[in-house]
Amino acid sequence: MFLYALRRLLYLVPVAFGVSLLVFALVHLAPGDPISAIVPPDAPQEVVDKLKEYYGFDKPLPIQYLRWLGVTLTGDFGTSIGTGRPVATEVMSAFGNTIILAISATLLAFTLAVILGTAAAYAKSRIVDRLVTLISLMGVSVPHFWLAIVLVIIFSVELGALPPMGIGPENSTGWRLDGPHLAHMVLPTIALSVIPLGVVTRTVRSTIKEILNSEFVTALQAKGLRDDQILRHVLKNAAPTCLAVMGLQAGNLIGGSILIETVFAWPGTGFLLNSAIFRRDLPILQGTTLVLAFFFMMLNLTVDIIQTMVDPRIKRN
Amino acid sequence: MDSVLPVEDRGGPAQPLLLASGLRKHFPVGGGLLGRGRKVVRAVDDLTLSVAKGETLGVVGESGCGKSTVARLLIRLLKPDRGTMVLDGDPVDEPHGITVNELRRQVQMVFQDSYASLNPRLTIAETLAFAPKAHGLPAAEARDRVRDLLAKVGLEPDTYAERYPHELSGGQRQRVNIARALALRPRLVILDEAVSALDKSVEAQVLNMLVDLKTELSLTYLFISHDLNVVQYLSDRVLVMYLGKIVELGPVEAIYGDPQHPYTQALLSARPSMDPRKRTKEAPIQGDPPNPIDPPSGCRFRTRCPFAEDVCARVEPPLADTGRQEVACHMRVAGSGHSKAVA
Amino acid sequence: MTLQSPSLELGAPLVQPIATAGGRSYWQSVRRRLRRDPVTLICAGVLVLLVASALLAPWLGLDDPYKTSMIRRLYPLGSPGHLLGTDELGRDMFARLVYGGRLSLFMGVTPVVCALLIGGLLGITAGFLGGRVNMLIMRIMDVFYAFPSVLLAISLSGAMGAGAENTLLSLTLVFIPPVCRVSESVTTQVRGFDFVDAARASGASMLSIVRVHVLGNVLGPILVYATSLISVAIILAAGLSFLGLGVKPPEPEWGLMLNTLRQAIYVNPVLAALPGVMIFITSICFNLMSDGLRAAMDVKA
Repeated sequence: MFLYALRRLLYLVPVAFGVSLLVFALVHLAPGDPISAIVPPDAPQEVVDKLKEYYGFDKPLPIQYLRWLGVTLTGDFGTSIGTGRPVATEVMSAFGNTIILAISATLLAFTLAVILGTAAAYAKSRIVDRLVTLISLMGVSVPHFWLAIVLVIIFSVELGALPPMGIGPENSTGWRLDGPHLAHMVLPTIALSVIPLGVVTRTVRSTIKEILNSEFVTALQAKGLRDDQILRHVLKNAAPTCLAVMGLQAGNLIGGSILIETVFAWPGTGFLLNSAIFRRDLPILQGTTLVLAFFFMMLNLTVDIIQTMVDPRIKRN
Repeated sequence: MDSVLPVEDRGGPAQPLLLASGLRKHFPVGGGLLGRGRKVVRAVDDLTLSVAKGETLGVVGESGCGKSTVARLLIRLLKPDRGTMVLDGDPVDEPHGITVNELRRQVQMVFQDSYASLNPRLTIAETLAFAPKAHGLPAAEARDRVRDLLAKVGLEPDTYAERYPHELSGGQRQRVNIARALALRPRLVILDEAVSALDKSVEAQVLNMLVDLKTELSLTYLFISHDLNVVQYLSDRVLVMYLGKIVELGPVEAIYGDPQHPYTQALLSARPSMDPRKRTKEAPIQGDPPNPIDPPSGCRFRTRCPFAEDVCARVEPPLADTGRQEVACHMRVAGSGHSKAVA
Repeated sequence: MTLQSPSLELGAPLVQPIATAGGRSYWQSVRRRLRRDPVTLICAGVLVLLVASALLAPWLGLDDPYKTSMIRRLYPLGSPGHLLGTDELGRDMFARLVYGGRLSLFMGVTPVVCALLIGGLLGITAGFLGGRVNMLIMRIMDVFYAFPSVLLAISLSGAMGAGAENTLLSLTLVFIPPVCRVSESVTTQVRGFDFVDAARASGASMLSIVRVHVLGNVLGPILVYATSLISVAIILAAGLSFLGLGVKPPEPEWGLMLNTLRQAIYVNPVLAALPGVMIFITSICFNLMSDGLRAAMDVKA
């Protein structure tokens, strides 16, 4: 198992290089002179020189890449054009806020999805099944940023019950476990959880349905097992596929959060990314993309390993 | 030159139609870091066989012994790691011989009928016409040949040509498979478990049809099966395989009448008898079939052989001529060091 | 944002080698099943309506979607002369929505079509040839797969700058890896079937084997997957425009309209939500159609 994990990790190394290459290339994708892409016209000379050194713009491209890579690996992601602060600090604090949102959305979505999906698979009445299918279809099809706006309209504008933006009262930038902060979390969490809810519900329902129809469940019933005992077996068999899909969705939450955070002005990496794009703050754009991509890769790796541990049938090459 | 005409005999009846020497095929199996230290499945190891013109050579063995791999190597669906092939005197895939494509004109294969052996999107006629057309036969002549082939395998052309595979029964599909194998007028037909999936009554019909076709079209057969009775019915010579190697080889009467390798003996005695008075109390072979990834040293059968001794673990027995057949067993090799060896 | 991997979702293999009895050729039976499915038919109808209105927009006698009017801003629904009201710059909403459909649909469908062509070609090649070619192609795809699709789209668009062409390019790049992966997986499956081996054993050229035997069996599942991507693409394109990275004002586009109408949520909330409703409906229809197509092609059902 350890060997397998190690092998998968090593396997990621060339991919990681590719990712860093792509992120590095972003700067050169930008229209115009790369230097002007990362330096505002009125920047102080030290910043300009530092950034020039960081990117090594006068050297040939491969050297630039290696230099950039070397510096980045030490944890120095450059300096933000907008705030002048190190990119690493900005990204990390924003990342924390995104994780909070992602975790709550994940918990909400997956818990509901398992309940709904299992209920639908077991349901004798077609109405329950149809209802759940409808809910999951809606979840999968809805533009979540639009749903966010609708939620704001209903709960903030019309009802005045929940705050429409920010992470806490009075524009606080930190998060604390208290009432007002939780209130601020409600709408973004719902908006973010909708799509994973849809996808996972569908998966859970179809997987469990397939298992229920399989011969081994009939064999269990013939052996005289009670329904709840059979349920345990069913869930165990459904786990690998569902976990795989859940893992995929958890990763995609990172992408989804970008749009949601923009609607709610939630100070996470998505919001940071958005403002970076508008300020043409390429160092932040690169740093954020890099961190998010690596987090995504690590998450996928973890899901892969967990899946292998849970499903003994999978023999990875 | 019309490349779809049947190929002429070249070497005369004494020259073997197909001679395969030293065939080896190992499959890498995952494991190890970065592909190093990978395990291999030693499917076929240093195998030599020859098929005489006009004979039916039966190949028997348990699942996993490498029979199907041999079939695929002979028709070059797999490339051997080592070894050579000679078709009626012409070396295959070598500078002065024939190409693999030309090999395929003369050697064809009938697959075990599973769901996957006929393209579900094509009609029977389209499936049968594919190979001749690919070799340059014009469409009109291809159509004629399709009708001809269907008639030969006992399927009425007007009824079956435009049907789809799912509209046919298992036996009919297998007839189509045979027709497909005959489409290029081959000389050697390899039948890989071709009747194994059929009901017994259908199997009998198809077998008899194969016998008739062989005479009518002057074919040579390589018949692979795990069903010993069918092999006995059909074959002139029989080859017994175990874990990628040949353990016994000879005329069908010799193999079935006087099996000399312990494995062959066990296989034959494992056939359930129709006589209720003859009951087998003990299993003729002990143990599980060993892993082709790590075959036993020396004689591969020694871990299940009741007569195994030290020499069996140290030295691999060569295929030795014992009169009527060839056997790879130390007990039959004089001076091998085995206690039962005839000195 | 979700790019679902169908093999994980379905659990069953994508390719079913034998069709059930009834109906002659496979595609004929698929067509028949589609014709009998009411949900698919309704969705197809709705989509035809949307596409038709988008294509025929200039000839439908609508108001000019670009004509602004400072006095007639944010009229509510049902106002005389403006069935769906006016937007924040006084433009007729109905016209904006219909014209917006042109860009939104175009931005959603085009990247998927391009990705289908490029990714499909790459995937089928990788799947059929196997070996090192396969490794090379799939390794490159893995690099793109390391990014969540939204992140990739936004980073690429962010770097390249706003604009419809850049959005099309970045969305195509985002969708090529998933299409390639599905194509490769399906092709590898089909290539393992005996009838492909039989075709190879007949000595035919690789190209004719692919053309006759592989493509017919592979295009179906790939197409189903691609249609399921269209709804994702429409939402993603709208999302990019919403962020200001896609289509630029004053072009009508549903995502962009959601953005510009945000200021109106306190004044006329229903109006502000309308463009999203269009996206929602379109997305549902494409999803249902994709499901219907998959069900029609799933022979076990």
